[in-house]
Amino acid sequence: MAEKLTLDIVTPYGHVFTDEVDEVVAAGTEGEFGVLPDHVAFLTTLKIGMLTFRKGSETGYIFVNWGYAEVGPDKVTILADSAERAEEIDVERSKEAMKRAEERLKQAEKFDGARATASIERAASRIYIAGQK
Amino acid sequence: MATLRDIKNRIKAVQNTQKITKAMKMVAASKLKKVQTRMLDLRPYADKMRDVLISLAKGADREAHPLLAYRARKTVEVVVVTSDRGLCGAFNTNILKSAQTCIDDYKKQGFEVSVSTVGKKALAYFKRRNVSLRNSWTDISGSVRFINAEEIANNIKENYIEETFDEVIVVYNAFKSMVAQTVTLAKLLPLAPIEEGEEGSAPESEAADFIYEPSMEAIFDRLIPRNVDIQIYRSLLESSAAEEAARMSAMENATRSCNEMVDKLTLQYNKARQASITGELMDIVGGVEALKE
Repeated sequence: MAEKLTLDIVTPYGHVFTDEVDEVVAAGTEGEFGVLPDHVAFLTTLKIGMLTFRKGSETGYIFVNWGYAEVGPDKVTILADSAERAEEIDVERSKEAMKRAEERLKQAEKFDGARATASIERAASRIYIAGQK
Repeated sequence: MATLRDIKNRIKAVQNTQKITKAMKMVAASKLKKVQTRMLDLRPYADKMRDVLISLAKGADREAHPLLAYRARKTVEVVVVTSDRGLCGAFNTNILKSAQTCIDDYKKQGFEVSVSTVGKKALAYFKRRNVSLRNSWTDISGSVRFINAEEIANNIKENYIEETFDEVIVVYNAFKSMVAQTVTLAKLLPLAPIEEGEEGSAPESEAADFIYEPSMEAIFDRLIPRNVDIQIYRSLLESSAAEEAARMSAMENATRSCNEMVDKLTLQYNKARQASITGELMDIVGGVEALKE
C-alpha cells in the first residue's frame, strides 16, 4: 500500500521537480484528473496547463507545456516539452509573448495562426499560474 | 650538424604550434561546457521516456504501431556517429573500428547491412569500404540542434515503416567523463524490452494494464516517434560532448609534447653555441701563441 506519490517532472532541458507528494492534479487532453496514492496504472497526454500538487499542507503549482503523464500506484512521471515552477515563471516575458502573438494573429495571412494561438494559450496559462503562488 | 640558426628556427616553429594547440584546447573546453550541460539536462528525460515506453511495450500489442512491430530480421541498418573534424585523438578511430566489427558480425550471420553516417569522418571511411551507404549527414557535430536529430530520425522512421530495414543500431561515443569516452552500440528499433543484467534499472511496476487516455493509438502515435527523435538527439549530443572532451585531452597532450620538444631543442642550441665559442677561443689562443714565438 503506497502512502506517498513520487512526482517526477522531466523535460529535455532537465529535471524540473522530484519529490514525494500526497496528491497531484494535472490537465490531461481529455480533461483535468486527480491522482492519489494507489491509483490504477494510467497513461495520458497532457495539454498546456497547470499541474497542482499537495504535500502535507503545502500546495505547489507547475506550468506544463504538452507532454505525457505516466501514473502508477506510487509514482507520477511527467514527460513535458517544457515545464516551470510557478515561482520561476517570467511574467514579463510571458506578457510580451502574448502581445507578440496577438499581433501576429491579427495578420493571419502572414503568420501561422495555430502557432500564435498556442503561444497565447501558453502565455495566458503561465501568467495565471504565476499568480497562484 | 644543424647550425645555430636552424635550431633557432625549429624552436620558433614548435612554439608556434604550441600556441595553436593551446588555443584549440581552450576552444574545445568552452564548447564542451556548453554541450555538456545540454546533454546532462537531456539525460533524465531520455532515460525516463525509454522506461515509460518499455513498460508500455511489455503490455501492448506489438502490432499496435508500425514502429513497434517485430519483423523477421533481414536487413540491419547501422547508424555511425562521428565528428566532422579531426584532431581529437582516437575518437573517430575507435568508433569506426567498432562499427566495422559490428557490420562484419551481422554480415557473417547472413544479414544484409546498410550504413548511414553522421559526420564527415564516417562518410570518408565508409565511402571507400565495401558497404551499401544509404544516407549521410554532415556538419552537425559542431552545433547539435534538435532539428538535426528530427531530420535524421524522420528518415529512419520512414524507412523502417517502408521495411527498407528491420533493425536499427546506433553506434556513437558516449560521454563518460572528461578523460573517457565509451563506444556505445544502442538498438534504436524495434523497441526491445530491457534484458536482464542490462544497465539501467528495470521498471518496478510489472507489466500493468494501462488505462490510456484518449486512446492507446493516439498515445503511441505521438510517443513512439518522439522517442526515436529524442534517442537520436541524445546520441548526437553525447557524441558531440565526447568529441570535445577527446579533443581537449589530445590538445593537452600535444601542448605537453611541444614543451618537451622546446626543452630538448634549447639544450641542443646551447650546446651548439658553447661548442662554437670554445672553437673560437681555441683559435684565438692558438693565434696568440703563434705570435709569441
